[in-house]
Amino acid sequence: ADPIPTPPHLSLSSLLQDIRNTVGNIPMEWYQDFPHIGYDLEGKRIYKPIRNKDELDKFLEKMENPDYWRTVQDKMTGADIKLTDEQVDLVHRLQKGQFGDVHFNPYEPAIDFFTHEVMIHPVTNRPADKRSFIPSLIEKEKVSKLVHAIKMGWIKPRKPKEDTPTYYDLWAHEDPNSILGRHKMHVPAPKMKLPGHEESYNPPPEYLLSEEEKLAWEQQEPAERRLNFVPQQYRCLRAVPAYPRFIQERFERCLDLYLCPRQRKMRVNVDPEDLIPKLPKPRDLQPFPTTQALVYRGHSSLVRCISVSPSGQWLASGSDDGTVRFWEVCTARCMKTLPVGGVVKSIAWNPNPTVCLVAVCVEQSVLLVNPCLGDKLLYGATDQVLESYVPPEEERVQPVQWVTATSEEHGRGIRLTVQHSKALKQVTWHGKGDYFATVVADNSNMQVLIHQTSKRWSQNPFRKSKGMVQCVLFHPIRPYFFVATQRYVRVYNLLKQELTKKLMANCKWVSSMAIHPAGDNVICGSYDSKLAWFDLDLSTRPYQLLRHHRKALRSVAFHKHYPLFASGSDDGTVIVCHGMVYNDLLQNPLLVPVKVLKGHALTLDLGVLDVAFHPTQPWVFSSGADGTVRLYT
Amino acid sequence: SLRRRLCILKGIYPHEPKHKKKVNKGSTAARTFYLLKDIKFLLHEPIVNKFREYKIFVRKLRKAYGKSEWGTAERLKDNKPTYKLDHIVKERYPTFVDALRDLDDALSMCFLFSTFPRTGKCHVQTIQLCRRLAVEFLNFVIASRSLRKVFLSIKGIYYQAEVLGQPITWITPYAFSHDHPTDVDYRVMATFTEFYTTLLGFVNFRLYHSLNLHYPPKIDGQAEVELKPAEGKEYAMDSESYLEKLSALSASLARVVAPTQEDDVEMDEFPVEGETAEQMDARKKEQEALEKHKKLFEGLRFFLNREVPREPLAFVIRCFGGQVSWDKSLCIGATYDVSDPSITHQIVDRPRVEQQVVGRYYLQPQWVFDSVNARLCLPVADYFPGVLLPPHLSPFVTEQEGDYIPPEKLKLLAMQRGEDPGEESEEEEEEEEDDDSDKDEEEEDESEKEEEIKLKKMEEQKTQSNKALPVKVTAGKVRLEDKQRLEQEQQSEEKRLAIMMMKKREKYLYKKIMFGKKRKIREANKLAAKRKAHDTAVKEEKKKAKKARRA
Repeated sequence: ADPIPTPPHLSLSSLLQDIRNTVGNIPMEWYQDFPHIGYDLEGKRIYKPIRNKDELDKFLEKMENPDYWRTVQDKMTGADIKLTDEQVDLVHRLQKGQFGDVHFNPYEPAIDFFTHEVMIHPVTNRPADKRSFIPSLIEKEKVSKLVHAIKMGWIKPRKPKEDTPTYYDLWAHEDPNSILGRHKMHVPAPKMKLPGHEESYNPPPEYLLSEEEKLAWEQQEPAERRLNFVPQQYRCLRAVPAYPRFIQERFERCLDLYLCPRQRKMRVNVDPEDLIPKLPKPRDLQPFPTTQALVYRGHSSLVRCISVSPSGQWLASGSDDGTVRFWEVCTARCMKTLPVGGVVKSIAWNPNPTVCLVAVCVEQSVLLVNPCLGDKLLYGATDQVLESYVPPEEERVQPVQWVTATSEEHGRGIRLTVQHSKALKQVTWHGKGDYFATVVADNSNMQVLIHQTSKRWSQNPFRKSKGMVQCVLFHPIRPYFFVATQRYVRVYNLLKQELTKKLMANCKWVSSMAIHPAGDNVICGSYDSKLAWFDLDLSTRPYQLLRHHRKALRSVAFHKHYPLFASGSDDGTVIVCHGMVYNDLLQNPLLVPVKVLKGHALTLDLGVLDVAFHPTQPWVFSSGADGTVRLYT
Repeated sequence: SLRRRLCILKGIYPHEPKHKKKVNKGSTAARTFYLLKDIKFLLHEPIVNKFREYKIFVRKLRKAYGKSEWGTAERLKDNKPTYKLDHIVKERYPTFVDALRDLDDALSMCFLFSTFPRTGKCHVQTIQLCRRLAVEFLNFVIASRSLRKVFLSIKGIYYQAEVLGQPITWITPYAFSHDHPTDVDYRVMATFTEFYTTLLGFVNFRLYHSLNLHYPPKIDGQAEVELKPAEGKEYAMDSESYLEKLSALSASLARVVAPTQEDDVEMDEFPVEGETAEQMDARKKEQEALEKHKKLFEGLRFFLNREVPREPLAFVIRCFGGQVSWDKSLCIGATYDVSDPSITHQIVDRPRVEQQVVGRYYLQPQWVFDSVNARLCLPVADYFPGVLLPPHLSPFVTEQEGDYIPPEKLKLLAMQRGEDPGEESEEEEEEEEDDDSDKDEEEEDESEKEEEIKLKKMEEQKTQSNKALPVKVTAGKVRLEDKQRLEQEQQSEEKRLAIMMMKKREKYLYKKIMFGKKRKIREANKLAAKRKAHDTAVKEEKKKAKKARRA
């Protein structure tokens, strides 16, 4: 009645059919891919059951076999074994944590080996040893050694350790000398920001985020959020949960304290109104143009250039539609239309009031036109002067050709044609009205030419090219000549034939230039929307850079008598500024913007192309890409 | 690392160099820069040697463990090198006020560490020490009655006390177990805590002595008798129960010299130079208000139900002179029972209270906090159990002109001024609120409009005096308006032109300031609009409910 079955190898019968596996205690998965599962005692392979059971077989067996629950697979042989009742019982007991043996009683009464009751007889009757009565010599030796060591101070009794820190009045003697230089330099850490209403557990309803705000909050980077939490409302204090990021926030504060660079920043505590400079009121700086008075319509394409006659009665405008129109200023009436058969790049009225002559740049030639407007005596005299030309005896080599107009051209008003080899950019008169300069769109030393009308001859003042010339100007009084390249303005003395000054414009690309009638101040407009005011006496750098326009400046102009200058830009506005120059050399010029004039419509991303002042009145003309010329008074 | 710990303990922080590119050898990559002087200063610190000794000790100990030499390990442990941070505290804060100024972080950290579980994250001793120091500080605040503001936020509870004229703010988490995050370096926090506990200990010592109290604190003899657990049962070991009794916050502390009546001599008042009588009056008034605030709950007896957070409430109530008790089974230190008839307020945080006792108010805990912040005992009607609570406002916000002020705050301000809005009917109130929000919206235009109206009136007067016929006056009016507008336009244009002439740097600054201002206005308007929408929604809801009831 041994409940534990005899191990199979002990019984003889089982020995015969012993198919014990000899592979040992190894993971049986290693034999997964082999047909056998190990080796028996004789070294022969033990094969796996031939047919592997698939899921369906397993299921069927589960359903049909009543003993399925007590069938286990022997991993070592691969065979199915049906557990006997005893074995099942054993498994159950082990599962419950009981002993495997049914008959084992773990709670048998304990029998003391020596009972707690004192017996009358001793267990052993051996008499006590003598050594138990005599003090031990070895121990004595040890103790005496220790005693000696203590006496000599080699061993010290262990001091009781203090666990809790002791505190005392650390600041009992606050001495001001202990405040080192370090403390003066020390930047105390800023305190944590105090919480606002939105952090409350029960905030006013307006502080709660709406759905879309919440979504936006979630999509923001954690560093960008204005609040590092979502405001929430709880009905009572009991419902408030723990804040999950509490420890992180303390930790971040710690990191800030020891890793953030500290810097004293002066908080700017200024009234923004104080920042606005106190300028004289525009009202006190009158007169200046304030309103649009007249519109000169007629051109069908953008009007590139305008020029006012020295008397102020006439206005000439050149356009991309290939015509030059002459207008009466006061009535906006087009007096004359002169087709020239090409884009008019530049136009300039002769500044000499006794001469009635207009220089027009068309493609490769300059046309000198007598518009035959105004005083008959005047324009008759001009014609006479031009016709009185006597060609010199010996022909000089000239860079250009002077051609007298044909009779048909003469009828239209054209008197002379100066033919260049390349396309022209600009023409400008000298103050006396005899000389004029032209700029050729070229990169050689032939860019700038100076012509004399009365003698009909031209010369090239420069031997070397210094870059693309944008525009040129004659000084109104002295024999100076201004040449603006992309970034510099060079001032040449025409008499001495030398470079006197080089002005740094501090901008990328100069577009236009104008000179103050007194001749000591120059303004330059540039394509990077800056206007530079140079004081020639002061320095070669701009006295002031004005960034009033939002887009590239196209042209700038000074008024002849009034302290005004204007600039026209691609943003469609003309800004009129008051630019007072004092005779006292110590006083710097006063620049005040006085009016922003609007009116031109933007076409092709271009706004105002040219501005010009009336010679006597505080009026300004502007020509725009919308094909109109406007007068502001 | 050693350097990191030294930097934390000595309070060395990086600096932002003036020329970042120059210092960084031309590169603009983000790097932290310390002053050379600071690092040299660290080297002179004697504690560096202690740290090195400690490193050696750890190495030796590891070796002993590796060799299983238990005796050696034991001996080594006995001789574990220790160090003190006293001199660093003194060096960093040469005066006591300096230390008080920097107490915010120390307190918050100690309160956080004292709530940590006793396992894992850091040493048990540290946690116990933090708890002790925190409780001592709370007891000091109670004894000195220096608490000023309390705020229940979603992050935790903020407290602000005023000690020696310095505002000290700290935050405590709500009493829940922490979900310890993985992205936090506890070693850094432990180093900070090490320093903070030292600092807080010394500060506590000094504070207790300034009030003539024993340090370490002793519970008043009389109170101690009351606190003795009844039936002679040992509650816990004496050393343990001491801290618990202290943290119950219900007993007052023993003084070194027993207080006598003579101590309360009125201070002589010396007029500060250059102070006008008005200023002095204002100061006096403020002083009186402060005294009144300190005695806010004097004579009131509170009882805390078991569902309300005991510690913060007991602390706040005791800070303002109230008496407080709780259920005996909740915590040690309960002084009276629920059934005590002298209880005036019972703090309850459940929707309904069965068996109400007559003669006491049943209130939600927010009443206590709101009353403290409002500096007066608020009307109790809004805070009954189960009632929808009024919003809890932050006491730390002082609205400047142009800021958005929630209507509740306006009401509160009116109440503080002594006006009584209490008996207004609801409709009126709502109307008022509407008006307020309208005001906010029109704020921008208002000043301009006012000026306009003034000018108009002046002009009218002029014209009337000039001309006798009234007909012509009306005819002129139309033109006058135009003039007005023209003038305004002109002025604005002048301003625009002047702005054009500003220097680049100033213009940038100006634009920034204006942008900030505009944003502020926009935000205020948004809040006002939101409030308005909410109020109308609530109103409609009410109407519907009424209709439903009728039907």
